[in-house]
Amino acid sequence: MYLNVVISISMHTGANDSEVIKQVLGGDNQAFATLVNRYQGYVFTLVLRMVKSREDAEEVAQDVFVKAYRSLKDFRGESKFSTWLYTIANTSSITFLRKKKLEVHSLDNESTFELADSVDSGFRANLVEQKSKQQMVNKAIAMLSPEDAEVITLFYKNEQSLQEIAKILGQEANTVKVRLHRARTRLKEKMETYFMAEVKDIY
Amino acid sequence: MKEQQDIEQKLWEYIDGISTTEEKSSIEKLLESNLDWKNKYNELLQVNQLLKSSELEQPSLRFTKNVMDSIAKYHIAPATKEYINNRIIWGIGIFFLTMIIGFIVYGFGQVNWSSGKSGTNSLGLDTSKIDISQFFSNAYVNVFMMINIVIGLALLDRVLANKRKQFKAKKSY
Repeated sequence: MYLNVVISISMHTGANDSEVIKQVLGGDNQAFATLVNRYQGYVFTLVLRMVKSREDAEEVAQDVFVKAYRSLKDFRGESKFSTWLYTIANTSSITFLRKKKLEVHSLDNESTFELADSVDSGFRANLVEQKSKQQMVNKAIAMLSPEDAEVITLFYKNEQSLQEIAKILGQEANTVKVRLHRARTRLKEKMETYFMAEVKDIY
Repeated sequence: MKEQQDIEQKLWEYIDGISTTEEKSSIEKLLESNLDWKNKYNELLQVNQLLKSSELEQPSLRFTKNVMDSIAKYHIAPATKEYINNRIIWGIGIFFLTMIIGFIVYGFGQVNWSSGKSGTNSLGLDTSKIDISQFFSNAYVNVFMMINIVIGLALLDRVLANKRKQFKAKKSY
């Protein structure tokens, strides 16, 4: 049995998404693991940047894949599988945040700044040692509102076009363009305010 | 400040590769001649680079196994279009159609045909003598017509909004 699974997984790795989906729908449940492996990093990063905590993100991201599996027949192949998957990730994260009563809509809310302050002190010392620019970006994104973080992640990490993001968020492409622009401006502000020394270092 | 934002917006569009050809060439000229623009451009390019290079976060190693364990409990649900029964939709349609026909028949039944004998037209009816007030005076009929009109307008609005959306999408990309 185990060997079977390994063989079927290795067989699937080369296949593209729609082929794998066909296999899953044809009754080969294990083929779904290929899709999970392929997209777990993307979905997890997107969810983590919205819900802000690793444990919560792990739970929500798992839920995203379970939901995707259960409604796989509703995926009609009109968009990329990833776009469809991130739509589920978007709604799941928003539902989770609502349940947690986090303020999703306010953009410069206090909790963001509280987080920023707590991150700041310990992190600065850490940064001096590591000088990791990537970590700095990740921390700055963590300080953004879920909405800002989401649009930036979808655009830069999840390889979605503006139209695809519009589909995921259920908004018009033009609105998404403006949202992305504002999110980037706020991110730049955060980086400049909280990581002044490091930013100077980079430029 | 507003000017700064405009510059940034234009430069972001340029970096994303979504500005029009005219904008592109004008920005390229500005980048060569204007130091402010050039500095801003380099600054944004850095942010862009940083964002692109940031790494994906990885979930725990058990992640795939956890997902596969939980989906083992479930079956793939049938597609939405499969469990929406067409017959029910037809049934609802037929119900409304009979209602509309019923109202029409009722309305015609109320018309006093005999009073229209004297006038003649191609149909043998004197339209001026048909008592329309009876047809529309009933409060229920009025309410029914009103609801129909509102629903009709809502539908029209939706169709037009859709068209506008498609047109906009085409125009912007």
